[in-house]
Amino acid sequence: MPGVLAKSARTPGYPLCAAIAAVATEDCRRRDGLSTTIALMLNYIWFGLMAIALIVAIFTGNVAAVTKASVESAKTAVEISLGLVGIMTLWLGIMRVAEQAGLVSMLSRLLRPISRLLFPEVPSDHPAIGAMVMSVSANMLGLSNAATPLGIKAMEELQTLNPEKETASNPMVTFMALNTAGVQFIPTTIIAVLAASGSQAPTVIIPTTIIATLCGATAAVTTAKLLQRFFPTKLPPPTTDNRQPISQEDSPTILPPPTPNPPLPEAGE
Amino acid sequence: MIRTILQGISAWAIPVLLVGIPLVGLIRGIKVYDVFIEGAKEGFQVAIRIIPFLVGILVAIGMFRASGAMDMLTNALRPLLSRTIFPPELFPLAVLRTLSGSGSLALTTDIIKRYGADSMLSRMAATLYGSSETLFYVLAVYFGAIGVKRTRHAIPAALVGDTVAALVAAAVCIWMFK
Repeated sequence: MPGVLAKSARTPGYPLCAAIAAVATEDCRRRDGLSTTIALMLNYIWFGLMAIALIVAIFTGNVAAVTKASVESAKTAVEISLGLVGIMTLWLGIMRVAEQAGLVSMLSRLLRPISRLLFPEVPSDHPAIGAMVMSVSANMLGLSNAATPLGIKAMEELQTLNPEKETASNPMVTFMALNTAGVQFIPTTIIAVLAASGSQAPTVIIPTTIIATLCGATAAVTTAKLLQRFFPTKLPPPTTDNRQPISQEDSPTILPPPTPNPPLPEAGE
Repeated sequence: MIRTILQGISAWAIPVLLVGIPLVGLIRGIKVYDVFIEGAKEGFQVAIRIIPFLVGILVAIGMFRASGAMDMLTNALRPLLSRTIFPPELFPLAVLRTLSGSGSLALTTDIIKRYGADSMLSRMAATLYGSSETLFYVLAVYFGAIGVKRTRHAIPAALVGDTVAALVAAAVCIWMFK
């Protein structure tokens, strides 16, 4: 596999495409390797992005900018995560109340016909259905602050049904497709930007956005459904031999080379 | 009309839910505060669990952008796009949208400033921004929270969805605003 990456990295003209195409053609050539390669896609994309960045930086002379970006992005990532603590705590608490009050099961009963179609693997009375329904509804209303914790809750519920804890299950991927499509009825942020930039009619983009997002979501979910049988959940014996049955905490990073404890940044500023 | 209703829902939903859910709980005889605390305890751990995944993804994307590779990619694809209805000016945005939420918002704002808030391009850009979520962020957060590392067909499916959303955004804007 390292050959694939090296090849794609050497063609900086079409970097990301080349990387993806190289991985894809490699798959077509060796059908037996398909599941392994695609399953490890994030590993290739992750490494590919950084490797390409380094190689391009050599030519463009942006090495300093790349260095700065790596440090600052790491900081941003932690800030985003920590920023989630408050909202997560609030919504997980409210969710628990809704659950105990029977509201979640009521909502999921109402939407049972849709959820049965989208998530046939999940029992229709399972809490995962309720959490997914709540998360998608929050998204549609433009409450992204509420949608994220609810979505994470939904993923945790789906994980309880998942036999392979490190591999995404079919309902997880379908739910993911719905989420990355970001079905939203009022794109508040961008309307605010348009209004602030002096638009006479900032809300004209509401109908266009709804049409585009619904088409995107339909396409994503359909693709997820069509592709799922080509991506088996079980891998042929992988290279990782130190797999734990449950890796909820302290999973050994994304890349294969095992670094049990991610190195801490050198002494805090 | 529908728009007014939707905007009303958007503004009122959170306070109404925050009061309404515990209200139903109280009516059904639940110790709402105790139950709230019990659920809320998990919040911190979940947020902390996401950190390594998010750092990994955001650092890689940050480096990719800073190196100039993102610009090279969009320039390389420009000739391909000039044959479609999709304006090449928006291609960097379509790519960035899947990678970075704040980055793509900045880029959309930049397009709106440059071409005028009521121009066709700005409306397309705004529609494109509003019609999808930041793929790799959502992926890192949701799969990160539960420790899933083999994402199977999640990325291809999401990319197809984003591509369709971007193309429809351009087409629908041409249809509505030309």
